[in-house]
Amino acid sequence: MNGFPILSVTLLLPIAGALLITLVPPTREDLIKAIAAACTLGSLVLSLVVFCGYDQVQGGMQMTEAIPWVRDLGVRYALGVDGISIPLLLLTNLIGFSAVYASWHTGERVKEFFLLLLLLISGVMGTFLATDLFIFFLFYEVVVIPIYLLVIMFGSSQRVTKEYAGMKLTIYLLIGSAFLLVGLIILFVKGRALLGFPTMDINTLAGADFPVGLQVFVYCLMALGFGTLLSMFPFHAWSPDGYAGAPTAVSMIHAGVLKKIGGYGLIRIGLLLLPAGARYVAPVIAVLALGNVVYAGIICLTQKDLKYIVGYSSVSHMGYVLLGIASVNLISLNGAVMMMFAHGVMAALFFAMIGNLYQQSHTRNVFDFGGLAHQMPRLAVGFMLAGLASLGLPGTANFIGEFTIFVGAFGVYNVLTILAISGIVITAVYILRTLGGVLFGPRRPEWDHLQDLRGVDMVPLLVLGGAILVGGILPFTIMDPINSGIGQLLGQIGPGQIGGIL
Amino acid sequence: MMYYQLLGPEIAVALLGLLVLACGLLLPAHGKNAAGYLTTIGLAAVLAAVILNFSQGAIFFAGVYQIDSYTNFFRILFLSAALLIILMSSRYTGWFGERKSEWFSFMLFATLGMMIMVGAADLITVYVGLELMTISFYILSAYLLNDRLSAEAGLKYLIIGALSSAVLLFGMSLVYACSGTTVFTGIYAALSAGPERPVLLAGMVMMIAGLGFKISAVPFHMWTPDIYQGAPTPVTAYLSVASKAAGFAVLARIFLSVFPAASLDWHPLLAVMAALTIIIGNLTALPQTNVKRMLAYSSIAQAGYILVGLVAANTYGLKGLLFYAMLYVFSNVGAFAVTAAVEVEAGNADLESFSGLSRRAPMPAAVLTICLLSLAGIPPLAGFAGKFYLFSGAIQAGYLWLAFIGLLMSMISVYYYLNVAKAMYIGTSRQEERVTLSFPVQTALWICLFATIFLGVYPGPLSELTELAVRLFIAG
Repeated sequence: MNGFPILSVTLLLPIAGALLITLVPPTREDLIKAIAAACTLGSLVLSLVVFCGYDQVQGGMQMTEAIPWVRDLGVRYALGVDGISIPLLLLTNLIGFSAVYASWHTGERVKEFFLLLLLLISGVMGTFLATDLFIFFLFYEVVVIPIYLLVIMFGSSQRVTKEYAGMKLTIYLLIGSAFLLVGLIILFVKGRALLGFPTMDINTLAGADFPVGLQVFVYCLMALGFGTLLSMFPFHAWSPDGYAGAPTAVSMIHAGVLKKIGGYGLIRIGLLLLPAGARYVAPVIAVLALGNVVYAGIICLTQKDLKYIVGYSSVSHMGYVLLGIASVNLISLNGAVMMMFAHGVMAALFFAMIGNLYQQSHTRNVFDFGGLAHQMPRLAVGFMLAGLASLGLPGTANFIGEFTIFVGAFGVYNVLTILAISGIVITAVYILRTLGGVLFGPRRPEWDHLQDLRGVDMVPLLVLGGAILVGGILPFTIMDPINSGIGQLLGQIGPGQIGGIL
Repeated sequence: MMYYQLLGPEIAVALLGLLVLACGLLLPAHGKNAAGYLTTIGLAAVLAAVILNFSQGAIFFAGVYQIDSYTNFFRILFLSAALLIILMSSRYTGWFGERKSEWFSFMLFATLGMMIMVGAADLITVYVGLELMTISFYILSAYLLNDRLSAEAGLKYLIIGALSSAVLLFGMSLVYACSGTTVFTGIYAALSAGPERPVLLAGMVMMIAGLGFKISAVPFHMWTPDIYQGAPTPVTAYLSVASKAAGFAVLARIFLSVFPAASLDWHPLLAVMAALTIIIGNLTALPQTNVKRMLAYSSIAQAGYILVGLVAANTYGLKGLLFYAMLYVFSNVGAFAVTAAVEVEAGNADLESFSGLSRRAPMPAAVLTICLLSLAGIPPLAGFAGKFYLFSGAIQAGYLWLAFIGLLMSMISVYYYLNVAKAMYIGTSRQEERVTLSFPVQTALWICLFATIFLGVYPGPLSELTELAVRLFIAG
């Protein structure tokens, strides 16, 4: 496939679909859905090709493409994948594809919905593919506005109104991104001074030897920006409200992949460009990570709304990812990326199931349900799979991620890691309670009218559930590329001492 | 040897203005549309001529008038803005009734004034151009004679404009007192050679104040909301993009080619002004419920961003200034064009009138959303590329705090821009019928949409153009 720009095609296919949809009259809903499904399927297949075609032995950035874009800023339209971005690219497309099917029953304003959804999927993919800071940031912020419009147009107002949820989400993320942008511009300006030529290429900038003070400052800005996106404690407040207000597909993409851009950015940009800064600030991040795990976990114990449970649980689980990132070693970082993949698939499956249930029952309150396994056995399978993955049951991808993170982190932060492991107990409590309350117990006749998953509704369950199991039973399929990517990155930044700030 | 054909654009616009004026007198009432067509075609022809001769330059009349790539850049800006506004106002001009054709000629004279301002290399010539522009705007602002707000806008603009002109002129006279000449090169030479004169500081500050009114920088912004809200929407649009750009063009040329010779550092003063303008503009825009008034406050904030480029005064900053001024034309005119269309339809520009617009007019609603987001600096739209240049320049020049303020505030501005989007996309409207747009308005909307997206996704070409234009100041 020499010369075939596979990454560009993967990236631009949903955008092409969105443009195509603008030409379709709004009444041809089937055609619009078919276009969306075809484009996301195309991207999914291509990303699988990328996944299989990546040469782990050789490592590094592969399938690269570069076109000079803005000369005086040194910006190039540059794409490439390595072991870190490939699982996340795959994750994006798994979830994007499932999200189209999870919203198959969208009844009104179908045209706007799928148009924005496709733009959103492309935007997320772009962040994982870009190897140029400018292009990265372009895609990073592209996603915010489609999300806002999707939330206010198609969201649901239960505990908070959808307008409030959408605006809260947008403003939080944009303010975070303002700090990030200042950081990026500082890197660009300093990089230009140090290297003598303007460049935005991540790998080239990694060669510039930024002074330690600057590294710490910029890494703090990035931790603010990416941390907000990753819902790092105490910047997580947007996340449960946002998910609760958002339509199913947006919750899936948001919890599934969008948050992961934060973690990916901290590793790919933060760690690679600012190793000294990352190590200096790491203990603070680790303490905040504990805040995520324990604080959000305890809040989760008191939640009644299914979306809030998954929302706070996702904040809690991001604590593990942060802990992995803060430990800055091969094992912990492997675990962090694995956890991002696993959590993404799990959260998306959870939200798909909740969306299906809510659409029929118009309630998300745990106590309204009971014994749903009688009426909806397939939905129950999805819930169980997602729930058990969430509490890190061996055999699911999440177990691999959590276990690896704890192994890697224990050597660095003994006490913090032990405290963070308590998160597993908290998770088990709220997940088992929720699953038990919703699915099991005596049959409740008022829910007899609910339809079990069938036809297209099965797609998210099969795709995402399959990914959870493949990741858990054959972990090396995903772990090997991650390991090659992280190994290369750590080799590039060299050894260093963690801490200094505390 | 003088290349008088390079003055062709100014001469052509002047003749065109007189011709359109004569047309209005000679043509019968039903033939007055001809004035609009004539203006459009004439402006397009002049614009084409300027673009074709972009890289040619010459100095006229012993340094009083200067055509260079900087002049040409702004000529393109003014002409495109005028053209877009003539297109977008095709239905709005119906409200002007009998006086429609004169409206076109005043638009042309205002354009001519701006072109003279940017070409001027002499204080008096700057002033003449400025007055030509401003006096045309006095009339244009009050053009809806039966509308109380419009009349009020015209009167307010007259009073404030006259005051600011006086301040500017006083400042110029002080600079003249220090240097003994009004030609820029002469002032530069005199200031470099002569001793330090404290009175020069007063002159500079007064010139900043006088031009600060034109660009509506805080604390000289008070007039903006009332006049922007009251004036006819196309006039407001033109006032906000072109008159402001002309102010910046003059400000930048004077400060970069004349005052480096002064030993006084004017950058911190402008930096504080820029920061205040950004903060106050954005914060006061937050609670607005009338879209025109909201755009007025937003245009104050935008002036603050552009001013950052002048504060930085390095390559990136100045390129940002030019880049932003140009993209601001497309994004802001796009926003005003939709506002004008809604105003024609609903009779006012209150936020409620925009409710449910996405169902009644999907394309204008999308254009307005995209243009507003571009103003907020959301990628991949043009505003982001512009802000990237501006704040790269600021950080390079050591104004990190200014970059923080600017970028944080631009994210906060998303709130009020999205409020409009919210009304359009989830609001419900009383009317159900689709909004119809005339062909010229649609053309203007498509141009604005295309330019806003294109400049954001692929800023390369415009960036090269700005490079040519600023080389004058940076290399020299």
